[in-house]
Formats: sequence, structure tokens, C-alpha cells
Amino acid sequence: MTTLVPAPGWMDDVTTSELALRRFLHGLAGVDQVGAEARASTLATRSIKREAKGWALDMAIRMTDLTTLEGNDTPGKVRALCAKALRPDPSDPEVPPVAAVCLYPDMVATAVQALAGGATAQAGEDGGRRVKVASVATAFPSGRAALATKLADVGDAVAAGADEVDMVIDRGAFLVGHYAQVLDEIRHVKAACGGAHLKVILETGELATLDNVRRASWLAMLGGADFIKTSTGKVGPASTPAVVLVMLEAVRDFADATGGAVGVKAAGGIRTAKDAVRYLVLVNETVGADWLTPDRFRFGASSLLNDLLMQRSKLRTGAYAGPDYFTLD
Amino acid sequence: MSDWDYAPAPESRELISLRSSYGLFIDGGFTAPVDGGAFKTVNPATEEVLGEVAEAGPADVDRAVAAARRAQTEVWGPMRPAERAKYLYRIARIIQERSRELAVLESLDNGKPIKESRDIDLPLVAAHFFHYAGWADKLRHAGFGSDPQPLGVAGQIVPWNFPLLMAAWKLAPALATGNTCVLKPAETTPLSALLLAEILQQADLPPGVVNVLTGAGETGRLLVAHDGVDKIAFTGSTEVGKSIQRTIAGTRKRLTLELGGKAANVVFDDAPIDQAVEGIVNGIFFNQGHVCCAGSRLLVQENVAEAVLERLKRRLATLRLGDPLDKNTDIGAINSPVQLAKIRELSDVGDAEGAQRWQPPCQLPDRGYWFPPTLFTGVSQSHRIAREEIFGPVLSVLTFRTPDEAVAKANNSPYGLSAGVWTEKGSRILWMAQQLRAGVVWANTFNRFDPASPFGGYKESGFGREGGRHGLEAYLAQGNETMGPAKVAAEDSHDG
Amino acid sequence: MADPRLEVRKTYKLYVGGKFPRSESGRSYEVTGAGGAFLANAAQASRKDARDAVVAARKAFPGWSSATPYNRGQVLYRVAELLEGRRAQFVAEVADARAAAAAEGASVDPKAARDAGQSRVDAGAQVDAAIDRWVWYAGWADKIAQVAGSSNAVAGPYFNFSVPEPTGVVAVLAPQASSLLGLVSVVAPVIVSGNTVVVVAAERQPLPAVTLTEVLATSDVPGGVINLLTGRTAELAPVLAAHMDVNAVDLCGAPAEQVTDLERTAADNVKRVMRPASEAEDWTAEPDPQRILAFTELKTVWHPIGV
Repeated sequence: MTTLVPAPGWMDDVTTSELALRRFLHGLAGVDQVGAEARASTLATRSIKREAKGWALDMAIRMTDLTTLEGNDTPGKVRALCAKALRPDPSDPEVPPVAAVCLYPDMVATAVQALAGGATAQAGEDGGRRVKVASVATAFPSGRAALATKLADVGDAVAAGADEVDMVIDRGAFLVGHYAQVLDEIRHVKAACGGAHLKVILETGELATLDNVRRASWLAMLGGADFIKTSTGKVGPASTPAVVLVMLEAVRDFADATGGAVGVKAAGGIRTAKDAVRYLVLVNETVGADWLTPDRFRFGASSLLNDLLMQRSKLRTGAYAGPDYFTLD
Repeated sequence: MSDWDYAPAPESRELISLRSSYGLFIDGGFTAPVDGGAFKTVNPATEEVLGEVAEAGPADVDRAVAAARRAQTEVWGPMRPAERAKYLYRIARIIQERSRELAVLESLDNGKPIKESRDIDLPLVAAHFFHYAGWADKLRHAGFGSDPQPLGVAGQIVPWNFPLLMAAWKLAPALATGNTCVLKPAETTPLSALLLAEILQQADLPPGVVNVLTGAGETGRLLVAHDGVDKIAFTGSTEVGKSIQRTIAGTRKRLTLELGGKAANVVFDDAPIDQAVEGIVNGIFFNQGHVCCAGSRLLVQENVAEAVLERLKRRLATLRLGDPLDKNTDIGAINSPVQLAKIRELSDVGDAEGAQRWQPPCQLPDRGYWFPPTLFTGVSQSHRIAREEIFGPVLSVLTFRTPDEAVAKANNSPYGLSAGVWTEKGSRILWMAQQLRAGVVWANTFNRFDPASPFGGYKESGFGREGGRHGLEAYLAQGNETMGPAKVAAEDSHDG
Repeated sequence: MADPRLEVRKTYKLYVGGKFPRSESGRSYEVTGAGGAFLANAAQASRKDARDAVVAARKAFPGWSSATPYNRGQVLYRVAELLEGRRAQFVAEVADARAAAAAEGASVDPKAARDAGQSRVDAGAQVDAAIDRWVWYAGWADKIAQVAGSSNAVAGPYFNFSVPEPTGVVAVLAPQASSLLGLVSVVAPVIVSGNTVVVVAAERQPLPAVTLTEVLATSDVPGGVINLLTGRTAELAPVLAAHMDVNAVDLCGAPAEQVTDLERTAADNVKRVMRPASEAEDWTAEPDPQRILAFTELKTVWHPIGV
């Protein structure tokens, strides 16, 4: 049976037991992989030019979570990243800052400080920091640790000042069908977040099928996710258009069913402005223009930013840009 | 958040050079008609005249058939099949090289979105020539005997909905099997066939092997009735198809027909729903619904009808209708005022019959022939809009309760060209495929074409198949047939 | 009078994984023309080169076998275009090869003498035939399924269909006496269905084979789909026949005295074996799909039909 417009309070019903949850998730409409990929490819032929392209490039910059998640991260590296995040193009003050920086929990404090200080930092409209600090947590990227360890990880990040937490779901538990366990962990993490926004990473590459992506998306949303996110970026394949399409459809259906707006973050493997604009088209034509905002769509990327800047420059000057004219972070 | 307007993204018209007037293509060259006239061809999106095109009269048809006959007996028939193959490969390659130009011309003359002519029509055109090039020297492996022979001269009449693609579907297998051709493109869409003729010249195709006679219904009638033609292949309306079948009765002419349809697109409650919605949209709105195999009847299982329709309506609101040359256009122009009038008439009938019309908000351009994507719900089998081919972007929605009922309703039609089935259950797909009286069944997809995949209808949708090994049959002599042209060279060894 | 211009001679290397390595053994051997004239040193492949070639072929198999048949046909047709472009070079090399073979007519190997004597076509015609042969095979890619596959009328409510699929990595010993036409005739049919191949070129006349690999390298054939080894057939054949990751072997160019042993060794992993023709093959004759189908597996699938 397809999931239609259900009765009010239905969310409580489906999460009451493992069985109910399983029935719900397995009762969701299937995804035809070939059809989904065909839809994504057709949307990729949209030709976005001129002012529409300029708008899209700026929006993509504003949607970027500038990321460094490496074993060799240091405070120096993080400070450089934060400077870039605040001022992506030193030669052009018109370029907006990115949405957030995305780091490991033990780098959060450094980032908070780097983003707060300096003449370049500006307060956001909500009075908070304009560029957010997003921290991965829950034994990122594998998620293979005891719940207590994962929650401690979250606690550290939040205590250090993270605005957003990017958690990973337990893919092992998901693939075994222990959906209630996965849900439970998400709820615990959500609680530990306090006021921080929660992004739930599905690690779609490990889920392997689009049916699983749909189910995991719903599971995360039922657990209270503010955002659902494709990947850790450590496992290939990471974000793909078909995967993001399915996630956007899930978000759309969830909004229809509950009125709640959940965001989508596409992370990993998005390197070019062309890719980014294609994702924005997917958003626009799947869930609608209301989702074309950093509050509801993000790119998790590192090298993407410079390509966005190069395309932006080309649009303004008419000439193809070169990497020497854009800063490394 | 404000809407994100995609800026206009027009494909350039600079790629093509339109002539003010075009001749007929006979015996390897362009020539003025001897006893025919001229008519104009128009861009249906803007009503601008694109050029003047020749109308072939009786003497022109004679000339073309004579040229085709001479070419068949003296050049093409005796030619080694491997050499024929290489001509077809050349044609395929040049089509690939000039794809963009051909796509723009097709969209200008036909009204279909450039996205479709570029991404669907043209790649398939080249692929058909490629595929059949490969058969030319392998006929003895095709299951039609050890030394299959061509029929001779083929008269081929193609419609306006996929002008170049239908020409490719006709020419490629005919040429591969050793026949020569006289092609008559549709009255409203002659230009891409004429550009194809230039491509044939570039490929050095021997004169007379393919001839292009532009014209209207009368030219087609002359060709069908001509004694010098051994085979007629027609794609077009069922009405004209029947009249052709009557005309050739009692002659030894072979015939294949690809006619109209009123395909059922059957959606079960366990369909992959988002892809099913895409499939419904693609089924009826691709090419503005000007598709013989269009899924023009949605048969949706009653227990999910409301949900499907809700998603369908939401999806229709994202369709972009407008300038066919804009790369972001999804729905182009209706091909002619005649067709537009027919669509309007039948839609009005739908209203009168009591069905409920729904259209998404849609801005129609001032000039040109346009019709917005349209749904009729509350349709039943006895409504005219459930039985008659509208050939436009109009979907009639009916419901069913059980698989048997779906089959009965789907088959309850004089047509039988195609059908769609949407369900996640494999056995049901195969069961439906077995039960449906349709020449093409699409499961969890729609409007998929490939040169290797045979296409054609049951019942009044026509007979004969185009595509694949089966597509060769229409152009090969059968056991007891006498042969008009000289026997072709058998596929002998290369002897230096 | 101006000094004659010295030509820059080609170095003849192996072709493995889309690259041109020298033999890891560092060996080479002389290729001679008529009357023993020096033509070139060709790389003399070792067992390790053969091993590397099989690894490359296996790596290329998933991509090549999952390409659409249409795509494979296009890629092969493109190779024919490039062969045509290099016609003059091939004609020169084939002419040298034929002259050498004819001169060797008095050699001790009666089969080679018969082969050399039987090839009456001149080099130009042979090259033309090789290009046309390649085009012929290119056109099979999207037709094999219709000719060799079927839906099968089983007694029961089941949909049953059979499809031919490529067998995997195929080792081919190219014919000794037909340096280009014969080579093309044993390689093209193997890859058109999606197999990848390790070819051992004709030992005494390997140069056209190496030029063929230059064509492949500049075409759209992915690296590793065709791998070519030059060297001593008698040394390389047993290695390939014994290799447990080779799925099939074509013994066409195998030394007569080795054939039985090679077939026996191939049984170690139940390789599909194509035996050499009992008499010298006439490569000019139009083939049938047998060489394609010999390296395919037929897969049959059942599925219930019911609501």
C-alpha cells in the first residue's frame, strides 16, 4: 500500500513497536531504480543561464557546509577554513559567506573562536553567529561504538558550542532490520543536542538500494531529524542525484503528512558548480522553491566552493577563471 | 523564498540555414516538380513560414519510382551486402555529426521541444541506421532463410509526429535488405527529410537509392497506387491506413501499417508511485501527446486513485510549456491548426460527456498552436474520450478494481498498439504482459524505444513490426513471391 | 645533393591495461623480413607479462561487459575508422610479413608452409578485408541476443528466457600465418559480446598486431579490454592455458605439438577450449557467428506468471 494522507497522530502509532515501525517502513512505496535515475538525468538537462545561474551560484555558496574531517586536522587548519568560510573570496566582498563549517568535535571550540573574532565576522539576522559550526558526532564516520560513547561525543560537541550536529545512523542495525534501535538512537541524540540542529547521516552508499534510502529517510524524520544527510563523504558512492531525489521525495511526503519541514544535505563527491546547480534543480522541481534556502538544503563539500567562485567570476567577467585567483582554505 | 526563474535558454537558430524554397529529391539530386505545385511549411510555435516546399505530382512520382527501380536493379541490388552496410554506417555517422542541426530543424518544423528532439529523436535516428547497417551483411543469420531477397522498390509514407525518426525507421531496414526507397514525408513536416537527403549526398549514396517526394495526401495516394512500387510502408492515422489497405487489395504489393492507438497505462496499488507518476506524465505529455503509442488512458487501481491523482496534478504544475527552442521547455506546440481543432473538439466532447477537466495553470503564448496539459477524471469506457484517439496532451483517467478488470478494460478497444503496467510484483507484470492485446508492453517504464526492439500493433493499430531482427521481415521476399528486381549478390566471400 | 632523411623507427612494445610497457623480463627478439632482413626488435613477453595481462583483462571485464551492446558496437566501429586511417602503415607491415612468410615457405614446419602458400591475397586486399571484417563484427554486438537468445515455451505458468552472456577473460593464440586479417578474425568476435582478451600475436610477424594496439589505444576501447603480448607462443601458451583466472582459450595459433597438452591443462579450471582448425583456415571467407558464441554462456531465467 502506498502511504497516503494518514490520520492525525499516526506518527505515534507507527513508532509504538518494532513491528509497527517495520510494517510502516516496509509498506512505503518502492522506488524503481531505473525510473528514479531517469528522472534525475532528465532534470540534469535543465539549462540554467545568466541571472538564474548567478542566483543559483550564490545560493549554492550560501548553502555550503565547508568541511574538513581529516585525521590530521589541526587548529591552524581549522582557523584557515573558518577564514575562508567567512570570506570565500577576499577580492570580492559581495560573495556571501557559507552556511557552516563542518568539523570533528574536538575542533569545535577553535572554530567557534575563529568565527566569532575578527572584523569579518558579522552577526546573523537571528543574532546568532552567521556562519554556523556543525560538528560530526556519534563515532563518525562508522558509528560503530556503544550508545553511551556516541552520546558523550554529541555532548562534547554541544558543550564546545556547536550549532549543528551531524550524526551517523547505525547502518549495521538498519540492515539487520532493528529499526526501533536505530530510531531510539536518533531520539537520544536529538535530546542530547539540546538547541543544536540535528542532521542525520544515512550513509546511502552503504544502504545500497533506493528502497533503503527511502526507508532510512523516513526513519530519521520520525526520529526527529532537522536534516537528513546523504553521506559521511568517507564511503563511496556518496551523494548521487537519484539518492537525493528519493530523499527530497521523502521530505516532501513527510511535509504533506505532518506539516513538518525537514532539510536535505547532499554530501560527498560534489565537486563542481554544475553538479551543485543540478541539485538545486532537483530541489526546485521535487519539493519546491520553499526548500531553496540554507535552512532546508545544504551541500557538504570542500573543493566545491572554489568552483562555485570560479563560475561566479566567469559569469561576471565573461572570461574563464583560473585557480590562482582563488584562495586555498 | 522567492521562486527561482530559469532564465530563457534558447537553442540557436544559427545552426541551420533555411532555404526559401525546396525541390524534390530524385535520383540523387534536388529538382523542381514537373507537374506538382508548391506549399508552405510553418513553424507551429510562431506561425512563421519556414519555407516553400515542392508538391510532387504524378509525373514526379513516376520519375522517383523509375529512379528507385533503376537504382535497385543496377546498383543497390547487385551490390555486395558488406558495401551496403558501409553506406548505412556512413549515414549514421554523419547524422551523429549533424545531430544538433537536425534537432533544431525538427523542433522548428514540428513544434516539439528541443530537449526531446536532441535527447530522444536524434540519438534514435542515428541508432536505427547503425543497427540496420549491421544487419545488411548478416541476413542469412536472421532466420529468414539462407539467401533472403529484397522486394524491390518501397514506397514509404511517414507522419508528422516524429518526422525524421519515422523516416529512419522506414529507410534503414529497407536499405539494409537491398531495397530502394521513395519516401513521402508528412505535409506539415518536410524539412528534416530534405536535410537527410543532403546527408545522403554527403555519404555518396548512389543516386536513386533513396528519393524524397514532399507533398500532401494526394502525393501519398499516387505513390500507394503506383504499379512500380513493390512494397508500401505507412505510419499514420488508422483511417488512412485502412484506405491504403483497400487500395492495394488484389495487387502483389506488400504492406505494413503502423496506425493509431489508445493505450492503457495501468497503475496498481503497489506501483513505485513516484516513478509511476513520471511514467504517466511521460506517457501522455511526451511529444505533446502526438504519439501513436501514447498512454492516453490512465487505468488506476481504485484504492489508490486519489493519491495518484493528487501527485499527478502536483507534478503537472511543474511542466514548462513554451518555445520549443528553449532548452527548458517540456511541452511544445501542437503541430498544426487542424490538429489543434481536433484536440479542442474532443476535449469539449469530454466536458459534454460529463468528465471533469483539469489543467494546471499555464501561460499559452499569443501566436502559434498551443494546448495545455489536460486531465479528464471520472471517465468511463463508454465515453468517447476513452475510445477515440485524441493525439494531443489529454489524459483520460479511469479506475479498475482487479487485475482481470484492468485487462478487460485495457483490451476493450479496436486498437492494440501499446500498454503500460506499473507494479512492483514481477509475476503480475508478466501476467499482464501475457494478457494485454498490445504489440508493445512497457512495465515500470513508458515510451522506451530502441532499434533492437520490435515495435508495432495488434488489431486496428496496424500490422508488421519495426525494429530488431523482426523488422527485416517486412522488406524481404517470402517463399512463393516472384521477384521484381534482379536477384541480389549472395553474401559471398571477399575475394580481393 | 641533400642527405637522405633518417626515419625515426618505432619501438614495438606490449599492450597491457591500455598502456605500452616493455616486457618485465627486459627481453626482445628479432623480427625479420624476407631474406632475413632486420625489421625490428619486438618485446619478448614473459610469464609475468602474461599474468599482468590477465589481471588487466579481468579488471576491464565488469565495465566492458556491462556497456550496452550498442555502445560496444559503436566503439568497435570507431576502431574500424581508425584502421582505415592507418591503412598505408598496415599495408607496408603486412607486405613485409607476407614476404617473410613466403620466404620461410621452405621452413621445416609444413603447416606454416601451407599457410604461407595458401594466402594468395596481396597485402592491400588483406588490410581491406581486415577492416571490413572488423566492421562486420561491430555490427553483431546488438544482434547476438536476438539470434542466440530466446524465450522458451516451458510447460507451466512461467516466463522463461535465455540470453547469451560473455564468459569473461579469454586467452587467444593468434594464427601464425595471417598477421592482420587472421588476428582481427580471432580477436573481434571475442570482445564484441563483452569478453576481454589476452592475445598472443603471431610470433614471427607480430608488427601489424602492435600497430593494431596503437589503433586501439587511440580509440574508445577501454584499457584492458584487449591486451597484446608479442613473444614465443610456445613459452606463453602453457602459462595462459594453465591460468586459473582465464575462462576460455582459443588455440588457433598454438604450436601443433603443444595443442593436446594445452587442452589438458585447460581442464584444470574447466576452460572453454576452441581447438585449432584441422586444416589451414581461410581467413578471407566470411565467418559466421560461431566464434562469437563459442565464448558466451547461455543464462536461462524462470519467472512465474500470475497476478
